[in-house]
Parts: sequence; C-alpha cells; structure tokens
Amino acid sequence: MDIKELKEVCRQVRIDIINEVTEAASGHPGGSLSAVEMLVALYFKVMNIDPKDPQKADRDRFVLSKGHAAPGLYAVLAERGYFDKEELHTLRKLGSKLQGHPDPRKLPGIDAATGSLGQGISIAVGMALGAKIAGNGAKVYTMVGDGEMQEGMVWEAAMAAANYKLDNFTVFVDNNGLQISGTNDEVMSLGNIHAKYEAFGFDVIEVEDGNDIEQILAAIAVPHTPGKPKCIIAHTVKGKGVSFMENSVGWHGTAPKEDQRQAALKELEG
Amino acid sequence: MSEKKATRNAYGEALVELGAVNDKVVVLDADLAPSVMTNGFAKQFPDRYFNTGIAEANMVDMSAGLSTMGFIPFCSTFAIFGAGRVYEMVRNSVAYPRFNVKLGMTHAGITVGEDGSSHQSIEDIALMRVIPNMTVIVPCDANEAKKATFAAAEMDGPVYLRFARPSSYVFEEDMPFEIGKANVLRDGDDGVIFACGLMVKPAVDAADALKEQGKNISVVNVHTIKPLDKETVLKYATRCKKVLTIEEHSVIGGLGDAVADAIIGHGDFSFRKLGIQDQFGQSGTPAQLLEVYGLSDAQILEAAKEMF
Repeated sequence: MDIKELKEVCRQVRIDIINEVTEAASGHPGGSLSAVEMLVALYFKVMNIDPKDPQKADRDRFVLSKGHAAPGLYAVLAERGYFDKEELHTLRKLGSKLQGHPDPRKLPGIDAATGSLGQGISIAVGMALGAKIAGNGAKVYTMVGDGEMQEGMVWEAAMAAANYKLDNFTVFVDNNGLQISGTNDEVMSLGNIHAKYEAFGFDVIEVEDGNDIEQILAAIAVPHTPGKPKCIIAHTVKGKGVSFMENSVGWHGTAPKEDQRQAALKELEG
Repeated sequence: MSEKKATRNAYGEALVELGAVNDKVVVLDADLAPSVMTNGFAKQFPDRYFNTGIAEANMVDMSAGLSTMGFIPFCSTFAIFGAGRVYEMVRNSVAYPRFNVKLGMTHAGITVGEDGSSHQSIEDIALMRVIPNMTVIVPCDANEAKKATFAAAEMDGPVYLRFARPSSYVFEEDMPFEIGKANVLRDGDDGVIFACGLMVKPAVDAADALKEQGKNISVVNVHTIKPLDKETVLKYATRCKKVLTIEEHSVIGGLGDAVADAIIGHGDFSFRKLGIQDQFGQSGTPAQLLEVYGLSDAQILEAAKEMF
C-alpha cells in the first residue's frame, strides 16, 4: 500500500470514529483521532499479522495501553478485515464485541484487556519478554497516552523493558498534550518525556508531526539498537481532522451530536 | 509426630518439579525469592525466572502478557501485595480476560508474625473471591500446597494460591486433591467444622478431643474457597445443623461467608465464624497472635465445645 492509499485509509478511519462515537452517544473521539496514523501504519504496513488468522502464533502484537482510544483501534481492525465493518455500529451497546474498552475474549485482533491506564504497557512488556524466550521473532508495539504516563506503573514497565533488553519492543507516546481536565502541564507536568525515556534506557525518536504517516513510518523504520527498546514520541493533535475538535479538551470523552457529526463528516469527506 | 513444613516451602519445591516437566512454566517474583521460595526454580531454570524488582503491579501485568504468549506464569510476592496492592491489575488484566496466570502468594494471615500489620494479609481471600473467573485455593499443609500448585498448572485460567510463612503440621494421611472438591477429614453428626489453611489441624484436634466426650463432629477441609464445593458444604451443614467455620482471615468475606452463602435458605442452623474480627494485626510471634485473635488451639477447642 502506498502513502496515498494509507492516507485514504486514515481518512476513512476518522469517518468511522465519528460515526461509531456518535451512534454510541459516548466514547472518546479526541484521543482516537490523534492516534490514527500510528494505528494505520502498524496494521496496514508494519506488523506481521493476518486478519483471517488473528491468533497466528508468531504474529506481531499491538497493545493499546490508552484503551479509551478503542474506537480508533476498532475502526482500523474493521478496515483491515478482522471483522465486518457493520459491527462498528454496535460500539458500547449491550452485547457488543466492541466494548467501551478492548476485550480480547470478545473481539478478534485484541490481545489484552486494557483501559485501566498504565497496565497495557506492562502487559506488552510481558509479551515482548515472552516472544524473546519463545524465540518466535514477534515484535511488540504498545501505545500510551501522555496523560497516562502519570501512572507510576508505566515507569515500572519502562524500567523492565530496558532491563530485559527488549529490542523487539516499541512504545508509542501519543503526545497530544491534553487530558481530561486540561493540558498535561496544567494537570501534572510530565517534564521532559524524551529525557525520561532515554534515562530509562530507550532509544527515543521524536516525530514532529505524529499525524503525518510518512513521518511515523520513518520512525518505525529506524532499527533498534541491539538490546534496547524503542520509544517513538509522536507529537499529535487531539481531535485531528475535525476542526472544532482539534486541540480541544472538551472532546476527550464527549460524543458528537447529530449536527456535529454531519459537520465533522463534511470536513472529512470533503 | 510428623515433620513440620511451611506451605510456602512446598510451593517452591513444586515449582522446581513443574519446571522440569513443563517448559512453559515461568516464574516471577518481586525481589522476595528467598521468602516466597522461588529461589529453587531460579537456580534450576534461570532462563525462565524473572525477578521484576520491587514492582508488583508490573510483575502481575507482565505475567498477563507472558500468558498470552503461551507461557504459564507463576508470580509470587507476599499476599498483602499480591492481592491488595495489585488488586486492580489482577482484576482487569488477568481475571477479566481469563488469562492463565497463577498467583502464588505467601505470608498470608497473621502468622506472618513479627513484621506486623503492614505485612499481614487478612483480607486476601475476600478480595480474590469476589473477582469473577478467579479460583481461590488455601492449602492446609505442605503436601496439599504441592498438589494445589500442580493442579493450578494443569487448569486453564487464573488461580490464587494462598500460602503461609511458618512451618506447620503436615498430615500423615495422603489426602486426595481436586480443585473445588472439599475433603472430609472427620465424619460425625453432632456438628461440623469447615476450615481452611493452617486452621484445619486445630479443627481436627478439636473434633478428636470432643470425640472422647462422646461428640461426633465432622471436619471438612475446604481447600478451595472458590469454586466452593457447595454440595459437600450443604450436605454436612444440613446433616449436622451446627456449623463452625475457622479461617486465619477476616471473618468478613472469607471462608465463613462463602459457607454461609452456600447454606442460607436451606434450613435452620446454628452458625459461628471464627477468624479475625474486623481488626488489623500487629507484631508478635505467630503463636501469640493466634492467641490474641482467638485462633489458638485451646481457643478453637473451647469454641467447639461451646458450639457442639
């Protein structure tokens, strides 16, 4: 798939997200929209996966530690063919495979139960360690939110990733700068994220525009230093692609109303 | 008299034996190997042993991740941390997706002794028992601890294994062990004691003492708190009418409450729960603490005499 096609997938995923969240009348559009390019890059270009065989033993793994961005992940999985796109209409509804936060027992393509912040990265470290001792060559990717890094166990996991020399492990930081009650700095400053991961023993790559899929792919393509985990800090825009949602704290966990959906779709469908 | 042995020691031995026959077994601890007895496994199988440092939350969630790669992780720390500190990791990352993680937690109850309340878990059975998908096992002696560890490895799904710190009595009889199947150790009609863990031995002794006075008391070793063997519990409660439960745990949410849940609505019973009465522990020797909290051999016998 070339860049133009990948960008088209990203556009379609954003449309799916708006529809999912509007129809659910709840969910998290802002942090789903900021993460789109990373998710599409992984599932459409980078990872060794097979949507027809989601349990393939040597598959690469992705764990969405910021599990509230589930609408984004679900849209990507559906577009990739893990399940029928019609399922997207059931997000957060009773009996749905598309739970409010990811559930590996309900939805194909999900490998961990996440959403309680801080835990996914730690589960992913366990997977990467497991891949190492099994020697199956699987690579493991995870994505944390910036606000999520206020959870102490994120740093327990980071310490362990370096300690176990997990050079099959990559952490994406969806650095959109916002969380529920304000900017990261207003709530609890994260300080120098780059320096922190470096100090914990990671190779750190900053992506100036984390909503540019070419830049994301270039960052993923940088090989691991043997014995070191990798951190990609993607500077993204919360609510990316919908003008009135961009950089707006209010769209962290609020669903659009019907007129807002139409306005958003008009922008995305051009 | 048989040799005494701690259930945690038997757990450590079982891990080494398991490691030799099952290369999917991996062991994690949070810098407590000499205490939680994972050091034997660490020595024998260094490639499958991980000391995750003093970071219990990460240990549990790494175990969740390892289980998804086909491994059978046994992770261990003190029960106070393994059930309490990381409760929500166990709930959301392990039990909710029904991952195959075994929580081998030691130093449960007040028999931790001198370390005091901060290290004495008196609520872990309750915490683990309320989580759907979780199996909760409290072995009564070293032999049962070993069998329980093997059985946990055999079954698919999360298991909480509760082990104690001190050396304790080892039953001479070879008891069968099946998860969810309680063992009847004494069979009588004048009353029944349901006990678990280190309280099984004093329960048996109390029943034997009462036998000399002409009272036939049943003793049921309820090693699996969840899933509870409701059939056996109900059968003996219905037959004996007088029900005493004994656990080295808070009387809130543990074995006593599990038994009460099973028999409520099935008749009239006299019912008493022996355990720690909604209070924290403290420093002292295990024997002193059992006395302070009403769980010494003599106090258990006294309670049984009053009851039956």
